Amino acid sequence: MNLRRDVFQAIADPTRRAILLMLAAQSMSAGAIAASFDSARSTVSRHIHILTECELVQQDQQGREIYYHLNPLKMKEVVDFIEPFRQMWEERFDKLEDIMKKQI
Amino acid sequence: MELKTKIHTEEGKQDLLITRHFDLPPALLFRAFVEPDIVAQWMGTSVLRLEARKFGAYQFETTDPKGHKHRFSGVIHEFVPEVKITRTFEMENTPFPVQLEFLEFEKLSDNSSRLSMQIVYKSLEHKNQMLQLPFAQGINMAHNRLQEIVQSLK
Repeated sequence: MNLRRDVFQAIADPTRRAILLMLAAQSMSAGAIAASFDSARSTVSRHIHILTECELVQQDQQGREIYYHLNPLKMKEVVDFIEPFRQMWEERFDKLEDIMKKQI
Repeated sequence: MELKTKIHTEEGKQDLLITRHFDLPPALLFRAFVEPDIVAQWMGTSVLRLEARKFGAYQFETTDPKGHKHRFSGVIHEFVPEVKITRTFEMENTPFPVQLEFLEFEKLSDNSSRLSMQIVYKSLEHKNQMLQLPFAQGINMAHNRLQEIVQSLK
């Protein structure tokens, strides 16, 4: 099994990206994560399982609850944070330039 | 190939600098940050308000693929046409604190200009969290935009 490819597949899914997005702000229990989605809880659990399996997300037992948080090392390994941010601005600015050129 | 949009940030610092060269006269580049209908087009957002003046406020609203609405807003602290805009930026109803943005417009020639945008975050930790966000949002936005463009070609 190609683990690295799996990581990219993991982040290619919009629900899983949304989960990572939420966990970027704070660690959360599976229940709290599931409550943020319209999908069935089992579907969300499966997404969390995939993220945990490829180590993008880590578990932390707190009393009876398991909390999930991002694994920053793994995230860094997989994604250069700056590049997507740069691309987002590049797209916006490309569009800006196109629109304004039509005004000349 | 040289990148048109560059980002400079240092690991231990809580700010970053985005620079972009535009083949546009400075006046036109500035208009793209001031006129609501133009901002709406390139930012891919609805502009609820945009008071382009000192102490003016702005508020944008985007709708994600699930139909949830997200609002972004801030206040303009400095406004010097074709020179600079200093403003705050906030993602409403999120745990993320306000950030400070310094936009500087520079004339390179009659038909080219440069934008420098310095973003200062509340802490280093917040900067790192925010940089993780667009990776999720940016990809979505890129897809949405691609879809729009493809649909408009039909």
